Amino acid sequence: MVATRIGRRRWLQRALGAASGLALSACNKLAQSQGVNATLESAEGLTRGVQRLLLGRHALAPEYSASDISTAFRANGTTDPGTDEYNKHVQTGFTDWRLKVSGLVENPLELSLLELRRIAARTQITRHDCVEGWSCIAKWSGARLSAVLQQARLKSNARYIAFYCADSLELTLDGSGQYYETIDLIDAMHPQTLLAYDMNDRPLTVRHGAPLRLRVERQLGYKMAKYVMRIEAIESFRDIARGKGGYWEDRGYEWYAGI
Amino acid sequence: MTPPDRNLGQGRLAVYRHPLPVRITHWLNALCLLVLLLSGLQILNAHPALYWGNASTFSDPFVAFGSGQGPAFPSWATLPGWQDLAAGRRWHFFFAWLFVLNGLLYVIYALTSRRVNEVLAPTKDQLRHIGGSIREHLRLRFPHGEEARDYNVLQKLSYLVVLFGLLPLMVATGLTMSPGMDARLHFLVEVFGGRQSARTIHFMTASTLVLFFIIHIIAVMAAGPLTELRSMVTGWFVIRTQKGQS
Repeated sequence: MVATRIGRRRWLQRALGAASGLALSACNKLAQSQGVNATLESAEGLTRGVQRLLLGRHALAPEYSASDISTAFRANGTTDPGTDEYNKHVQTGFTDWRLKVSGLVENPLELSLLELRRIAARTQITRHDCVEGWSCIAKWSGARLSAVLQQARLKSNARYIAFYCADSLELTLDGSGQYYETIDLIDAMHPQTLLAYDMNDRPLTVRHGAPLRLRVERQLGYKMAKYVMRIEAIESFRDIARGKGGYWEDRGYEWYAGI
Repeated sequence: MTPPDRNLGQGRLAVYRHPLPVRITHWLNALCLLVLLLSGLQILNAHPALYWGNASTFSDPFVAFGSGQGPAFPSWATLPGWQDLAAGRRWHFFFAWLFVLNGLLYVIYALTSRRVNEVLAPTKDQLRHIGGSIREHLRLRFPHGEEARDYNVLQKLSYLVVLFGLLPLMVATGLTMSPGMDARLHFLVEVFGGRQSARTIHFMTASTLVLFFIIHIIAVMAAGPLTELRSMVTGWFVIRTQKGQS
């Protein structure tokens, strides 16, 4: 009697173990299937469509007061590009550095930091939400991207703005490890979208993307490229790197990072 | 509208308890909550620490799981079963949409069918005797016979809290974590006391739902797993009307 009960219990334990093992491997099979992933990805379009509809072009991300500014603002991704060229710019205080604006524009630009500071500026205290889940608050000052693009005069077939950065998060032979990002014109023309040169009233530090980082306040942190060297107006991002519109997008993250 | 009772003989009576829309939304909801829980833990593993307010105070979290840095929840509790934040987010947001649409269908049905008033709202008499009902439940003794025809008062109250309290709170705190939606929902960020507070409440509410699930399963087991499960599949719930048969 006792023996059979123990036997039954052991059998039950084994059966449960086997069943949960099967369930787990079935789950992982499902999660690896391309069809399943394509279906899951369809929700991104729905999220983007509904958020664009609800937010429109002008709704502003919440802004905070000076007392809300984080004392320790975390720096994710690259904290120092470390290339020879970048190091030289750091040593010379970015005096020889120029932001190149090219692509589908009538008037290509090469702007020094001083020239960028003369473009219509905005200062905002906003919350930076990392895809990992944490948030930090800082005060950002920078040139409005819309003003820079007005000066460069977009051609009518320009659909996206691409930002090419000085840092490589991953070393690859084909250069696809170089950080880059793309946003569409709705975000590019948004009043809070800045090419920020100051953080908390001081020039950007190397950790936070000196000399220039993008602020796209209605999306997650990975859209806000640091170490921006070159801006290009483009019609499609399919031909850049792996074609998904950004470093993290090429590695499975959503292009629309409003959630 | 409701089909009449069917006498199955030997003191057994089948009553039509769960209409089709309730059964469909119940099982879809169960699937959604399971996927949302597992993919939610995958997302939490990317930064397993919780805070109050708008910003994270890294050196002084409200709760940190494990070290608060690396993954804290085991792979069997996450979807997918390996560390992959991007994939976890895809699962989470797809099933969040399904969960919301399914929930809307249920709410429309519940309001148009007067289900809330007729089935879920406790009667005055039930509320007066809530103390006795709690004592009976703690002994895992459940109503039998005619008394089991309708939900008892604790069932009604917990279903109301889950359906119209906890589940909408999951959606609201989830939306507050979206930097896009926050551009429209400044007030919701304020209501929850900040984005990181919303994230913490999201986790606490999910934990409460897990607790509800455990109690729900214990209650089903104690009340008769076969008849309970059958009723949520076919709609028909069998009660015993003769004494000494329960």
